[in-house]
Amino acid sequence: MLVTDLPPTNKVLLPTVFEISRPGRVGVAMPASDVGETPISELLPGVPLRADLPLPEVTEGELVRHFIKMSSLNYCVDKGFYPLGSCTMKYNPKVNDMAVNLGGFARIHPYQPESTVQGALEVLHSMQENLSAILGMDAVSLHPAAGAHGELLGMMLIRAYHAHRGESHRKFVIVPTAAHGTNPASAARCGYKIVPVNTDERGLVDMAHLEAQIEKHRSELAGFMLTNPNTVGLFESDILQISQMIHDAGGLMYGDGANMNALVGTARPGDMGFDVMHVNLHKTFSVPHGGGGPGSGPVGVKAILEPFLPVPQAVKKADGTFGLDYERPLSIGKVAPFAGAFLAVVRAYAYIRHYGRENLHRISEDAVLNANYLRVELADTFPVAYDRVCMHECVFTLKEWKKFGVKALDVAKRIIDYGYHPPTMYFPLIVPECLMIEPTETESIETLDAFVVAMKQIAAEVQTDPELLRSAPHIAPVRRLDEAFAARRLDLAWSPQEKFAATMED
Amino acid sequence: MSTIPAELKYSKSHEWVRFDGEIATIGITDHAQEELGDVVYIELPEAGRMLSHDDIYGTVESVKAVSELYTPVSGEVIEVNDALSGAESVVNESPYESGWMIRVRVKDAAEMDDLLSADGYKSEIGE
Repeated sequence: MLVTDLPPTNKVLLPTVFEISRPGRVGVAMPASDVGETPISELLPGVPLRADLPLPEVTEGELVRHFIKMSSLNYCVDKGFYPLGSCTMKYNPKVNDMAVNLGGFARIHPYQPESTVQGALEVLHSMQENLSAILGMDAVSLHPAAGAHGELLGMMLIRAYHAHRGESHRKFVIVPTAAHGTNPASAARCGYKIVPVNTDERGLVDMAHLEAQIEKHRSELAGFMLTNPNTVGLFESDILQISQMIHDAGGLMYGDGANMNALVGTARPGDMGFDVMHVNLHKTFSVPHGGGGPGSGPVGVKAILEPFLPVPQAVKKADGTFGLDYERPLSIGKVAPFAGAFLAVVRAYAYIRHYGRENLHRISEDAVLNANYLRVELADTFPVAYDRVCMHECVFTLKEWKKFGVKALDVAKRIIDYGYHPPTMYFPLIVPECLMIEPTETESIETLDAFVVAMKQIAAEVQTDPELLRSAPHIAPVRRLDEAFAARRLDLAWSPQEKFAATMED
Repeated sequence: MSTIPAELKYSKSHEWVRFDGEIATIGITDHAQEELGDVVYIELPEAGRMLSHDDIYGTVESVKAVSELYTPVSGEVIEVNDALSGAESVVNESPYESGWMIRVRVKDAAEMDDLLSADGYKSEIGE
């Protein structure tokens, strides 16, 4: 394909539901009320009521087509390979959806008496136990709504622990420069000052720098936030020594569980010295994500932090029934409504029980195998940032390709034309022109091979027709967007007052 | 190859400094803006703030990432380039002229000697 054959610039793909609205059109025919009608102003006296609410008016058929069209523009794991590093975009088994659609889960209310929702409470309790066993922790809170929320809770627990011991002066948290950006943000949100630690030439924590940073802040050290395997996809082989050094200084070890897919069933962070960690049910445990949630980022803790966990905890009572325990005097309080994103927990529970204790290790083993297969197959064309055995994802650096006028961004955009979701790019920040590929365990060798062929084809295009990359994507629903303009003039709202014609102009 | 004016001084964290008597004008290098990509937001300190060497004096956000700006020479901020607000692309287009960020009254002239020359910076970034 030549650049000159390409379609024109972006145009409006789909009108909004407001734009297809016509006055008087309805989607449902309600039967006549068999009780007398009362004006709403009489039912809600003194409440300010809106006279006009411009809701769209469409038929059921139009509405169904509208959303089907919109969903067909989307790219998702049900449509194709999604090697977005650090996000664990594995297949979401449909049996999980069957589980959440059971009436005892889908049709209950958080205010129902406990005696009528025993099954749901048992799932919460069993999930706390299952995750504790998988993580090597003593207790788990299922409340956080996302990984970053889990980090925030984790740091709040560390703060509560130090405060309870009369050591609130501990105000420094060490975070690697390679960390997920949410790590320093979560610690800073809890009032901590961030102390950076570098990555060495192995791609691991620079031990000499870590020792120096601990020494500098020893008496005021609150903890260390570490992802293992780390953000370049490598296992921190000094982890036991690191934990010992932090504990000796009176700090606690926080584990960012974003990369737990490399360990599940094989190794337990609790055994590595982590005192508190979050895990993403929407990554490791196959709950759908990338569409706005709900996510779920449970937090596991060692016994020293258990008293501070948020309320309520699901408990099994002496009489064998299940309930929610609010009587926790040292608890930091509530971090989420009710007991967390319940149906996300049910999906993950179905997934864990499907594998069972004996087979969970197959997840991490196959995830690591697939990532290494791609690393080795691509290594002669795409330079690997740290050329050694990786865990569940591998990181490439395209800094040498700048001489062709091509950036990692251009490769990521071009892969869309081959029908794949792009890898993660420009993360971690310590790797220049970075592409991070995480295939997950749910992809077949045929899928991986086809992806390798596509990537090598793109590498060849870099030499023959780099403009093809710089102007990609060409055959996606939209062409390359002006990301800088979008960030500077962020405008996500559409109001019915705006003129339809203005947005439809090519 | 990025532009590295010979008359400026540089830090390893990709700031440039133009000395004019006791006044130092500070910005980010052409190499830095190239690595960052399109700049979309810049946060700068208020005039009057005292900065020590290596202090974070602001942040610059691009479509790729948020990066911190480090103080190359200690001193008091006497002027801030307010024109960048709403016109962030100036940092990409003119990093050494219109894209300057802050002016500082230098506290310790000896710190100038710790900065890199154009040649030193050039080898630092491998060009």
